[in-house]
Amino acid sequence: MSDVTLHHGAEHAAEPHAHAHHHPFLQHHFEDLGQQHEASTLGMWMFLATEILFFGGFFLAYTVYRNMYPEAWAAGAHHQNWMVGTINTIVLIGSSLSMALAVYGAQTAKRKFTTLMLVLTLLLGGVFLGVKAYEYSIHIEEGLFPGSHFTYVHHADPSLTRGIELFMVFYFGMTGMHALHMVIGFGLLLYFIRRAWRGDFGEEYYSPIEIMGLYWHFVDIVWIFLFPLLYLIHGGA
Amino acid sequence: MTTTTIDEAPFIEPSTTAKRNYINDEYGVMSWLLTRDHKRIAILYMISVTALFFVGGFFAFMMRLELLTPEGDLFTSDTYNKFFTLHGIVMIFFFLIPAIPAVLGNFILPIMLGAKDLAFPRINLLSWYIYMIGAIFGIYVIVTGGVDTGWTFYTPFSTQYSNTHVFATTMGAFITGFSSILTGLNFIVTVHRMRAPGLTWFRLPLFVWSMYATSVVMLLATPVLAITLALLMIERVLSVGIFDPALGGDPLLYQHLFWFYSHPAVYIMILPGMAVISELVAAFTRKKIFGYKFVAFSSLAIAFLGFLVWAHHMFVAGISVYSALVFSFLTMFVAVPSAIKVFNWTATMYKASVSWQTPMLYVLGFIGLFTIGGVTGLFLAALGVDVHVHDSYFVVAHFHYIMVGGTVMAYLGGIHYWWPKITGRMYPEWWARLSALLVFVGFNLTFFPQFLVGYVGMPRRYHAYAPEFQVLNVLSTAGATVLAAGYLLPMIYLAWSLKFGRRAGVNPWGAVGLEWATSSPPPKENFHETPVVTWDAYDYPAFLKAMKETQNV
Ligand SMILES: [Cu+2]
Repeated sequence: MSDVTLHHGAEHAAEPHAHAHHHPFLQHHFEDLGQQHEASTLGMWMFLATEILFFGGFFLAYTVYRNMYPEAWAAGAHHQNWMVGTINTIVLIGSSLSMALAVYGAQTAKRKFTTLMLVLTLLLGGVFLGVKAYEYSIHIEEGLFPGSHFTYVHHADPSLTRGIELFMVFYFGMTGMHALHMVIGFGLLLYFIRRAWRGDFGEEYYSPIEIMGLYWHFVDIVWIFLFPLLYLIHGGA
Repeated sequence: MTTTTIDEAPFIEPSTTAKRNYINDEYGVMSWLLTRDHKRIAILYMISVTALFFVGGFFAFMMRLELLTPEGDLFTSDTYNKFFTLHGIVMIFFFLIPAIPAVLGNFILPIMLGAKDLAFPRINLLSWYIYMIGAIFGIYVIVTGGVDTGWTFYTPFSTQYSNTHVFATTMGAFITGFSSILTGLNFIVTVHRMRAPGLTWFRLPLFVWSMYATSVVMLLATPVLAITLALLMIERVLSVGIFDPALGGDPLLYQHLFWFYSHPAVYIMILPGMAVISELVAAFTRKKIFGYKFVAFSSLAIAFLGFLVWAHHMFVAGISVYSALVFSFLTMFVAVPSAIKVFNWTATMYKASVSWQTPMLYVLGFIGLFTIGGVTGLFLAALGVDVHVHDSYFVVAHFHYIMVGGTVMAYLGGIHYWWPKITGRMYPEWWARLSALLVFVGFNLTFFPQFLVGYVGMPRRYHAYAPEFQVLNVLSTAGATVLAAGYLLPMIYLAWSLKFGRRAGVNPWGAVGLEWATSSPPPKENFHETPVVTWDAYDYPAFLKAMKETQNV
């Protein structure tokens, strides 16, 4: 073959690669697992940067309207059940702990432990979504879903009703977007539970679980911001 | 006149082109549709954006036909509204934003880095599919009756009053946004983690620096567009007042959010153009780019400053005069890094023996037109002038000088420059020069009269106008016809060259860069062996020496 490469020569053709260690999960375009790990970790961080800007737009709009309609916002937040929200927050933080333990398990090649922790994360996430669905159903029953289904009237001060509807737009929008991220996380967890059980991960190769962890913690942190903004700050109204 | 005006002719004979390359490695439609090879994905993108370019161009041409006469005689005003809306949406979201990054960047960036592929090949393919899904929404809208909000989807018109396909259109733009996020993410990680041994940051070609800056903007600005359009869709579906003042919303918030993306999006479009121009200037002057580090950092500066100026689109929208002053001042700042680039390119060309092949003609076009577009941008940045010419054809001419005179020129220049690498064939030089000339003349004839007619008061977005504007409008339409010929011609001769073009060697331009160190077209893995970089960017003697050494092994 006579095309030009920078290290040219027939002797290369027969020669095996210098780094003969080919891990089964090393993708062909990476030199080694270290490079692959660094690339995929950086990729997830970049993705999370996008996510911050995405949720950031939501938070900005929330802030603007909170300033425009402070009373309606207070009334809307007051209407939320803070006990249920607190329980859900604890559940979600618990799932972050089990996720972190799963990463530790993968790094130390504890196959059963890793799988167990991933399953636990899935279960706690499921509890969170179940509680969320329960809350949604109550809001919808109360006529708080924005749009044509919005029949709620704020009796103490009916002039706040329009503002409360806007609050509920943000409530459903932000928690809904958060829940969507959790559902995507579910899909990933199911996939990784299978792989963890199969024994894919160990000291050398654990980046998928680590990246899954980054994602899960991020979704958790979003909730840590949503919870006070939507449930707690109501100025004692 | 022959095409080999470069005296230090390539030292690789054309016959040495590799037998196996990325094109003939596998056959069949599925081998393309399921490929993870960045080069094949670039080709998929090339076909798609070219098709959509001509769709967008069709609408532009219809508008120019209507504007031949002052009366609104050819189309109704509703139809005309749809034409300018679809022209803007198709050109911006489906052509200008993906064109250079997803076609040239996808193909060349990993090769420039000496990498086998982008960091995430599957995500790269996914981004093309996402783009196509967005494009299908766009086509659906076009076929079923269009949309008339203008490409900016201003509320409350888009949420409350327009009865056209606003939802499907915003959905298409929303979806397409994710394809550019994924492309940007892929590029950033690839530049950080996939550089060949020896390829330090300051040895990177300026193309890479500029593409990196573009990627940062894609990554950080596009999600804001996504959430903005998502809120718009929620508002439209539920009829709640997020942006509609009648229902308690704030229409200015929409404009803030929209321009927080859409101003940086201007840099998503122009930075890749600058990326291409830097490579072309270096290749055809056979010199190091003057002030390499200044050009490199000016890309990052543009990306950064681009995030701080969005409200200059809202000077007459009712924002406070103090914030308008600040945004006016910051906008003028963006001119500094842009001017640094222009000065450095011209300084590179100074006293160089320039070879005037087609790509270099596009460089000249770019520098001239981008400068005019940039300087008129400064006019518009000044508060007093902007209030006068706001929403007039002056603005239309200004951003066409940047986006068409800048981005499209650079894209065409880049396509010609890397065509031998992409296809293994040379394009016919004479025809290419003719088309570059047509594009340049046609472009100026189309858009320069719009500066004049806008300055004396012709508003944009109307299908009828006062009779005294007719002469300039006729000139503009005549220019558009020439421009169309200039754009159609390459379709013919580039297609012709695929079969009949002269075979290109490894390095037909005698340029510096890793892409000129592998065969044309490159093998599937780009290089047979990971290259080791021992030369600085555009260091001709060092590169030629390294090439000769590898040959003598
Ligand atoms: Cu702008």
